[in-house]
Amino acid sequence: MNRQTHRTERGGRIDRSAPLAFTFDGVRYEGYRGDTLASALLANGVRLAGRSFKYHRPRGIFAAGGEEPNALVRIGEGARAEPNIKATQVELYDGLTARSQNRWPSLELDVGELGNVASWLLPAGFYYKTFMWPGSWWRFYEHFIRKAAGLGRAPVEPDPDHYDRRYAFCDVLVVGGGPAGLMAALTAARSGARVIIADDAPALGDSLLASTASIDGGDPMGFVSRIGEELASCPNLRVLGRTTAFGYYDDNMIVAVERRADHVPAPPAHCPRQRTWWIRAREVVLATGAIERPLPFEDNDLPGVMLASAARTYALRYGVRLAGRAVVFTNNDSAYEAIEPVLDAGTDVIAVVDAREGGPGGDALALLQRFEIELIPGSVVMRAIGRTVEGVEVRSLSSDGASVGDASRRMPCDFVFVSGGWSPTVHLFSQSRGRLRFDEERAAFVPEEGAPRERGGRERSAGAARGLVRLSECLADGIAAGADAARAAGFEAEAEPPCPAVQEWEDCAPVRALWAVPLPSWRHGKRFVDLQNDVTVADIELAVREGYTSVEHLKRYTTLGMGTDQGRTSNVNGLAVLAATLGAGIPAVGTTTFRPPYSPVALGAVAGREVGIDQTPIRRTPMHDWHAARGASFVTVGPWMRAQCYPHPGESMMDAINREARQVRRSAGIVDVSTLGKIEVRGRDAGEFLHRVYINRIRNLRVGRCRYAFMLREDGFVLDDGTVTRIRDDEYYLTTGTGHAAVVMAHLERYAQIVWPDLDVHLTSVTDQWAGAAVAGPRSRDLLAAACDGADVSDAALPFMGCKDATVAGAPVRIIRMTFSGERAFEVHCPADYGVHVWEALLAAGEPFDVMPYGTEALGVLRIEKGHVVPNELDGRTIPADFGFDRMEKDEDFIGRRSLERFRVGGRKRKTFAGLVSENGDAIPRGGHLVWNPTAPRPMRMFGHVTSSCYSPSLERHIALALIEDAADWKGRVLYAASPLTSSFVPVRITDHVFIDPENRRPKG
Amino acid sequence: MMLITCPWCGPRAHVEFTYGGDATVARPAAPDAVTAEAWLDHVYLRDNPRGPHDEWWQHTSGCRSWIKVRRDTWTHRVHGSGPPEANLGGDEHR
Repeated sequence: MNRQTHRTERGGRIDRSAPLAFTFDGVRYEGYRGDTLASALLANGVRLAGRSFKYHRPRGIFAAGGEEPNALVRIGEGARAEPNIKATQVELYDGLTARSQNRWPSLELDVGELGNVASWLLPAGFYYKTFMWPGSWWRFYEHFIRKAAGLGRAPVEPDPDHYDRRYAFCDVLVVGGGPAGLMAALTAARSGARVIIADDAPALGDSLLASTASIDGGDPMGFVSRIGEELASCPNLRVLGRTTAFGYYDDNMIVAVERRADHVPAPPAHCPRQRTWWIRAREVVLATGAIERPLPFEDNDLPGVMLASAARTYALRYGVRLAGRAVVFTNNDSAYEAIEPVLDAGTDVIAVVDAREGGPGGDALALLQRFEIELIPGSVVMRAIGRTVEGVEVRSLSSDGASVGDASRRMPCDFVFVSGGWSPTVHLFSQSRGRLRFDEERAAFVPEEGAPRERGGRERSAGAARGLVRLSECLADGIAAGADAARAAGFEAEAEPPCPAVQEWEDCAPVRALWAVPLPSWRHGKRFVDLQNDVTVADIELAVREGYTSVEHLKRYTTLGMGTDQGRTSNVNGLAVLAATLGAGIPAVGTTTFRPPYSPVALGAVAGREVGIDQTPIRRTPMHDWHAARGASFVTVGPWMRAQCYPHPGESMMDAINREARQVRRSAGIVDVSTLGKIEVRGRDAGEFLHRVYINRIRNLRVGRCRYAFMLREDGFVLDDGTVTRIRDDEYYLTTGTGHAAVVMAHLERYAQIVWPDLDVHLTSVTDQWAGAAVAGPRSRDLLAAACDGADVSDAALPFMGCKDATVAGAPVRIIRMTFSGERAFEVHCPADYGVHVWEALLAAGEPFDVMPYGTEALGVLRIEKGHVVPNELDGRTIPADFGFDRMEKDEDFIGRRSLERFRVGGRKRKTFAGLVSENGDAIPRGGHLVWNPTAPRPMRMFGHVTSSCYSPSLERHIALALIEDAADWKGRVLYAASPLTSSFVPVRITDHVFIDPENRRPKG
Repeated sequence: MMLITCPWCGPRAHVEFTYGGDATVARPAAPDAVTAEAWLDHVYLRDNPRGPHDEWWQHTSGCRSWIKVRRDTWTHRVHGSGPPEANLGGDEHR
């Protein structure tokens, strides 16, 4: 095992007493608790971390935080493997396995690197140009391009972990746990406001954990501990660690993902792997910090080129010794702060190349003198030399920044620490519709403040997120922002924390804007702007020559700022290069739109608990367990589970369905109809209301009578068919189709509350309060008579479409005599808790008649034989007249009536209802289209379609229901039901849609 | 996620509500009395304004009330809400 050869003797916020073993590309290494994968790799001297997206160039670790563009790895194995994870954000744990990506066969030897040699084939927009001809070859090209380009591979196994979602509310949400965020949270919490602080790191502090300043006369880490303790003691404050706020949505809804278990090999059983937080905040403080920019020079992507802030962080926070000689290349003073820490850690800083002619401020200069480090002012690193960095070429930079001098100087070195200035992390601010302003002095886009705006949330930025650089400024700004947010949320900050005393460099020189090192025209090296997407300065210039001059077009054409990185380190340089190429100012070019998510979010975290069986709620009837115990198979109907059929042991499903259907026609069957939508309508005007809702007359419906009725949408199409039963003068009981209950309820509520508020109507959904069982068959009345505790259920007492209250085995029931099967039938409704009791009592009473439970399949067969309609027919495109139900339409206003007019004035011929009988004994394909001749050339005319189909055990033939143009004229003729999808073409004879008992004697007998 | 104030329940996330369309159109009291064009307009034609607009929402996962909400279709800002008969300050009703 590698022994951490590049670790300092002491220092850093790692726990040296807790060594952890891990593997990278199969090689075992060791790190410490507190390491990231990136810091542990560096501590083991690993320089190569990945291959680049397009050219497969070798890449090293470039950053120390979430801005890392290069070191994307696949973590874990098997189903838990997750690709494209930034090594800089992976907390090391014992047994971690990581693999590099986008290389074959290995990281050291990658065949794809040929792409680098042949890079002239892959200019910006190459997939629109290079591989286009001949067109038929594209499939061949695509296979290899897709394989060569790209990031890691996602696992194919189902995710074994579970995820969670939580909703939270607070007065002040602080995003970011750095200096400004800590002070803002503390200030707001002291005011009494409910505060949440979300920080994406495992421990608070962010830049304070790698700072060279001193606070209140001590170490910044001590300061962080003190603040952390006070925050932990606030009952009104919640710290969300390892939590990344990734989306800022309407009305101050911020969504964040908390990584609960990514720092351990596998989550404990009780623990979700990740959890999304949906936080509704009154006020928000965005203390999201800033990202250091690179400086594009030739081959600035070689392993060994690293952000200066990263070098400082690895030295101070992780005790990593970047062994060898380093050159610092900067255009601002912050890079100098890395020098002392890396020297302490054992790096030999040989020179600082500063783009500014005057060099840095006095403090930085004193530092160089103290350590006798050469300063090369007014100069740039032209080029990095080697396969990994072996040296740099330095030249002077003209005062206009447009060209470099002729004299070149080579310096051997192993690292280049670069700093191109700082870009505030404005993603959330922009998502909140905040506008950005280009600050020339800071050479950065900063939040536009104070401008009233119509869109967006109630947020304020603080600290580095609004362009501040100095620690003292950031701390003070955090206090101000926290107090402002608390006040805006209605709290008065009573004891604002005093601003800590900071010792830091005072004498600093301003940044010199440098977006790309100029390249003499005779040189062709690659200056990478976007390391993750392999976009170079030349790519941007090419895009401009080809007319992609808008920043949004440029992004899509070159892929600048795309991928998982979303331009963290590349955005500003990219658009500045665009502006320079166009000869325009940076503000005129503007930025691309920042959209959520700020960083990639696992789909599991988005789905939360709503996966698999929990995707939607499942509703079960009160008799569900009874069905299950009798071996019923179930089918989903809308939100419901319904018993489909009850196969006997050894019996096929088809046989069970035929047996159940036959038994209903022969004697008696019982079916669970608890899933019907049930609505209670009460009030003085209940009858008048329903009269307006249904196409039927309802006003004249007598108490104790029931009516089959249709309701339409306002456009004339059928919304639902159901029954209306008048229970009392001012009380009605409606049933709706199983899947339609919610829609019908909302429809009725809409008309009662909005259109006719003057009517005294009260609507209550009672679907869950009533269980229902339908008893059907020639012996159903005998069964009922036996079950009903002596109640009279004769034709006289309970005629067809009548209703009466009774008891079954002592339980109150409401009996409605109606039929779906076409047999004599009764629906027995009872309070849901009596469901099983009544169901079993009915079965017991039916024993002499061989009563049999039947499921939805047999129910479907029976209703098709009878020609009754269900949503297959009422599909939102049909009107009552299509089924001959226009006879129910009254000559008074009802919802949808006026729209029916348009179907009467002509236009397209409507399809009407008919039956089909299979001519050759084959099943008629559901959804099949009716054609004259299936072998005719296509497209062929279609006369109609099959809506429902079954095998009829009564007729012993395959039958179907259909909607057909001119159905009446075609009766008796043969068409073909064509289903090219299933290659079935069945000759069918058109018949009447009622196959059984056309005179309708059985239900009434 | 928008915040809508139900006049009966208070401010709630919009996922508790169901959108119900344009609240500036009213069903003709006597549909037979209006022209075919007017009926067509009522059933099918809706404006798509940019800016404040009266809309129907139903508090489906709450009190089930249909409410009128004045919402800016551009900024998503809710300017007011009330029962169906409320006048929320819009003058675009027809």
